Amino acid sequence: MAQIIATDLVVGYQTPLTPPLDFCIDKGEYWVIIGQNGSGKTTTLKTLLGLIKPYGGSLTMGGGLDKTKLGYLPQQTEVQRDFPASVYEVVLSGCLSKMGLRPFYNKTERQLARDNISKLGLSDLAKRPYRELSGGQQQRVLLARALCATDSLLVLDEPVAGLDPATTDEMYRLVKGLNQEGVTIVMISHDVDQALADCTHVLKLGKETFVGTVEQYEESRTKEEADHESV
Amino acid sequence: MNPFEQLSVYFQFPFVRYALIVGVLIALCSSLLGVTLVLKRFSFIGDGLSHVAFGAMAVAAVAGLTNQMIVVLPVTVLAAVLLLQSGSKAKLKGDAAVAMISVSALAIGYLLMNLFPTSSNVAADVCTTLFGSTSILTLSSWEVWLSVGLSVLVVAIFVLFYNKIFAVTFDETYAKATGTKTDLYNLLIAVVIAVVIVLAMNLVGSLLISALIIFPALSAMRIFKNFLAVTVFSAAVSVLAAGVGILLSILFSTPVGPSVVGIDLVVFGICWAIGAITGRRKKA
Ligand SMILES: Nc1ncnc2c1ncn2[C@@H]1O[C@H](COP(=O)(O)OP(=O)(O)OP(=O)(O)O)[C@@H](O)[C@H]1O
Ligand SMILES: [Mg+2]
Repeated sequence: MAQIIATDLVVGYQTPLTPPLDFCIDKGEYWVIIGQNGSGKTTTLKTLLGLIKPYGGSLTMGGGLDKTKLGYLPQQTEVQRDFPASVYEVVLSGCLSKMGLRPFYNKTERQLARDNISKLGLSDLAKRPYRELSGGQQQRVLLARALCATDSLLVLDEPVAGLDPATTDEMYRLVKGLNQEGVTIVMISHDVDQALADCTHVLKLGKETFVGTVEQYEESRTKEEADHESV
Repeated sequence: MNPFEQLSVYFQFPFVRYALIVGVLIALCSSLLGVTLVLKRFSFIGDGLSHVAFGAMAVAAVAGLTNQMIVVLPVTVLAAVLLLQSGSKAKLKGDAAVAMISVSALAIGYLLMNLFPTSSNVAADVCTTLFGSTSILTLSSWEVWLSVGLSVLVVAIFVLFYNKIFAVTFDETYAKATGTKTDLYNLLIAVVIAVVIVLAMNLVGSLLISALIIFPALSAMRIFKNFLAVTVFSAAVSVLAAGVGILLSILFSTPVGPSVVGIDLVVFGICWAIGAITGRRKKA
């Protein structure tokens, strides 16, 4: 079932950053977006999320997906340095999109927040102010928030940036586990080898773009290398 | 007569009781919104709106309206909506637009009051509108009910939308990406701020409104580091300061607005000291 369908999608700000892209993200797939710095990965994600308008082409959500069913881990959060919020409060706010018009969180949602906090090894920090955590700890808090929100699609912008090796492995395991539970994953990563090991589809941005399954991508890569050698 | 006997005499007058009730409610509303205002860096909008409210008040006074709220409230709400739009969309920078509107409103208001004086003492009129010297003690019963009604409404909205306000304040981009109608909540916040400002004009006058809204939030943020505690503490501080300030101003016949804000300032000083001491102890 197609959750996101891009037709001739061009992303960009004042100028286009990508050629027209056609792809279709189906439920349960694991997409990885790769490309060098500034190639438009974050811009593509933000376009998928509806935070910026497509430069050209169109983008539709289908298969029962709407924005309230997705979780999002941004690359950077513009949280003020002095914002008073505890780790628990931040994680719980991930449940907001489930709430609809109901004014308060229910028991299940509060439990979900606590579960995700312990899943990411944050239990000892739950009452600590968010702003007093280290960068990597903050990243984990925001990931726990995204996990609270997601039912069907999880969007991650460089989730392992700034994490230590142990947490990085744990992070990949977690995402893979979610994917096996049926959650669609769209993730930006610089760690190409690790990402290719888990994913099903690749979107490569930059000078040469690529859209397709991971097998096709591997194939095109070996072909390219062979071409290089023959030259 | 000791101060308590003196107060109990004063409390036999209904206008004193009304002043205390309305004053405390206004303080509660403004402190609740204050936290969001400070964190969203919206303080400048609050300041701008208070000047617009002053201008509208002047127009209403010149027009000879006895019921000034009818003009002041919609004008201020409209200004809040416009400022928010201009801040987010137009080329004109948000803060420049606010400065322009607020200074113009102030100038036009003062000009009108001088051109068409409604009483022999213009300076006193202006002073009242700017510093709210006695307006809280001269509320008509209609104004009392309106103030009480609006205050209850503001508190109810804040409580019902508390979690949404937190999410939109903490990380607007995330909230928007996951389907929260952030524009709608920003609008709601702006409208409620406008209502609070119009209410607060009665208590402290338009120049001191910002202080009433911002001081309790800043005090709470010195000591507490989670959103709920900051909200509850700033509400408590604000209510306390308003209560004590109004009582002191009745006892010593000082102007109400500056007395309340003065107490807020003292509390801020204390909180700042507590924050500094506990902060240093943690580091040691
Ligand atoms: N708000 C913006 N307005 C205009 N241009 C922007 C904006 N944000 C980013 N850009 C430009 O768009 C290009 C792509 O940025 P983007 O953030 O999508 O890169 P990225 O692929 O995510 O890079 P990185 O690996 O460093 O995260 C960059 O050249 C950047 O300068
Ligand atoms: Mg990026």
